[in-house]
Amino acid sequence: MALTPQDVSRIAHLARLELSSDEQAQMLGQLNGFFGIVEQMSAVDTRGVEPLYTPLSAVHAVELRLRDDVVSEAVDRSANQRSAPAVEDGLFLVPQVIE
Amino acid sequence: MNTAVHTLGVAALSRALSARQISSVEATQALLAGVQAHASLGAFLATDAEAALAQARVADACLAQGQAGPLTGVPIAHKDIFVTDHARTGLPSTAGSRMLAGYKSPFDATVVARLHAAGTVTLGKLNCDEFAMGSSNENSAFGVVKNPWDLLRVPGGSSGGSAAAVAARLVPAATGTDTGGSIRQPASFTGITGIKPTYGVCSRYGMVAFASSLDQAGPMARSAEDCALLLSAMSGFDERDATSAQRPPQDYHAAMLRPREGATATRPLHGLRVGLPKEFFPAALAADVNGAVRAALAELEKLGATLVDVSLPRTELSIPVYYIIAPAEASSNLSRFDGVKFGHRAAQYADLMDMYKKTRAEGFGPEVKRRIMIGAYVLSHGYYDAYYLQAQKLRRMIADDFQACFKHCDVIAGPVAPTVAWKLGEQGGDPLQAYLADIFTLPASLAGLPGMSVPAGFGEGGMPVGLQLIGNYFEEATLLHSAHALQQATDFHTRMPTGFMEPPSSLRSQPPEGAQAALGAARREA
Repeated sequence: MALTPQDVSRIAHLARLELSSDEQAQMLGQLNGFFGIVEQMSAVDTRGVEPLYTPLSAVHAVELRLRDDVVSEAVDRSANQRSAPAVEDGLFLVPQVIE
Repeated sequence: MNTAVHTLGVAALSRALSARQISSVEATQALLAGVQAHASLGAFLATDAEAALAQARVADACLAQGQAGPLTGVPIAHKDIFVTDHARTGLPSTAGSRMLAGYKSPFDATVVARLHAAGTVTLGKLNCDEFAMGSSNENSAFGVVKNPWDLLRVPGGSSGGSAAAVAARLVPAATGTDTGGSIRQPASFTGITGIKPTYGVCSRYGMVAFASSLDQAGPMARSAEDCALLLSAMSGFDERDATSAQRPPQDYHAAMLRPREGATATRPLHGLRVGLPKEFFPAALAADVNGAVRAALAELEKLGATLVDVSLPRTELSIPVYYIIAPAEASSNLSRFDGVKFGHRAAQYADLMDMYKKTRAEGFGPEVKRRIMIGAYVLSHGYYDAYYLQAQKLRRMIADDFQACFKHCDVIAGPVAPTVAWKLGEQGGDPLQAYLADIFTLPASLAGLPGMSVPAGFGEGGMPVGLQLIGNYFEEATLLHSAHALQQATDFHTRMPTGFMEPPSSLRSQPPEGAQAALGAARREA
C-alpha cells in the first residue's frame, strides 16, 4: 500500500513542516522506498508478544521512579530565555492567536 | 606545535601530567594549535581557547597540590549533541542543526558536568550529523567532516567529528552518542576504539534528544584502557534522567585490568566464549572486512577464547524496526523546536501555524525532515498498531534472541559495518542505502546492550576495519577486558593516519621566510 501525495501533505501538516512541491514529490518517493522494506515486518507473527518500550525491561521489571515532592531546581528566567527568538518582560512572544 | 602531546592517549598523558613532564596548559595550547592547523578536517565546530586555558590552569593547580585524579588536566572535546554551559565554557550547543545555531545553553549536560568535575579540560565542540541522525556526518548543517585516513571519504556518523578528531590525534579522547551505531560505526571507520554502554549507564540529561529509548552516551578514544578511564567518570546514576540505571558507581578501569579466572600471561582470555552470529557474516559482507574481522577473531582464539556459533535470526528485521521506532521518538522529541522558547524562528510568517511550519522548514535539514515525517506517520491514527506497536513487539523478540545467545557465549562478535568508510557524496540522494548499512549495529541498540568497536586491521584503500563486541547488560568490563587483551597483542589501535603530526601543509606551502615565521609563531604558542 503506497502513500499518496495527499498522505504526504497530511503528514507534513501533522509534523508542522512546510514542504515545497519539489520536496513533497521527493519525500513521497523516499517514504515509499522506505515503507517497501517495512513490509517484511508485517509478515512476522507477534501475537502474545509484549512490546519492549524501554530496553532494560527485557530482563527485569522497570518501575518509574518517583522523587520527593520538593523544590529541586532553581529557575533562572533570564538565562533560560537568553536564546529565545522574541522575549518581553520575561514572557515569550508569539504571533497574535486571539482576534 | 608541541607534537609530542599529540602522540599521547589519555592514560599516557595522565602519567605525563602527574609526573609534571608537561603541564595541562602546555598540553591544551599544543592541542589547540593542532585543532586550528587542521580546521579543514571539519571535526571541530567551536573552540574557546581562553576558557580552555582557564580550566587547564585550575587543573595545573590541582596537580601541583597533589589533588589530581586520573583525568585531571586531560583535554577532551564533546560531541555537539551535549549541551555545555555557555557562561562556563564560552561554547555554543548546536546539535549540528541550523535550528540551534549559536544556542547558548544555561547548563551542562550531566556527562559534561561529570567529566568537568573529574578535571578534564574542554577543548571544544565536535561536528556531528544533525540531531545525531546519520551515519556519514554529511547531514551536519555546518559542513562535512573528512576521514583522516582518506580525506575523500566519510568518517562515519553520527559522531563523525569525535571519531575524526581522535583518529587525527587532535584530542586524546572525545565523547560520543550512539542511538543506532553512532559511536561504533565512526570508530570502526576511523580506526579508533569506542564503547556504547548499556542503555541507562550514562545520563541522557543535557543530551539533545533524538530517540529517548535508544540514545546512550559513551567515550571514543585510542584504546580500551582510555575508554575505561573516561567511562568511569562519565557514567553513573543520575536523578535527572528518568531511565538512568540505579547502580553504584563503577571503576571500569580496575574491572578491565582484573584477570579472568584461570588466565595466564599468554592466555588472558582463557574461558571466554565468543559467539559468532551467522547473520553477521552474510555472503554480501565485503571481503576485506570479513578478512580483518576473521583475523581478529583468530587472535582472540590465540589469547584463550573459544569461538562458538550462535544465531540472531531477526538481524535483518532490525532495520525496519529501528527506522520505525527511532523516527517515532524523534518526531515527538523534535516537536519542541517551534520557534518560541529557543532556536531559530522564521523571519516572515502569516500566523502562529505558519510560523511553526516555516520555522521548522528552515531550521531542519532533509534527513531530519524525513525522519520527522516517518515518525509522525507511524504514530498517526490508524497506523500506530501496524507500524509502531508491531515494531516494539519485534524489538522484544530481538532482545530475547540475544538472551538465547548469551546462554552459549559471554560476548558476541562480528563486523561493525558491512564495508569500510565510503566516499563523500557516494550515497547522495538515497537515504535507504545508509539505513541498510546500519544492519550490524542496530540489533544491540534495540536491545539496549553494550557494544564496542575495536580496531581490527585495514581493508580496501588502507581504510580501518573495526571488530564489534557486544556484551550482556552491564557487562562493559568484559568488553573492555577483551578489547584490552586484543590491544596488548595487536598494534592496530596505535596506527595513525599520516599528515597530522607534521607542520600543516598550509605552512609548508608558504614561501620559505613566511613559513619560517609562521612556524616560529606556532612553536612559541605551543
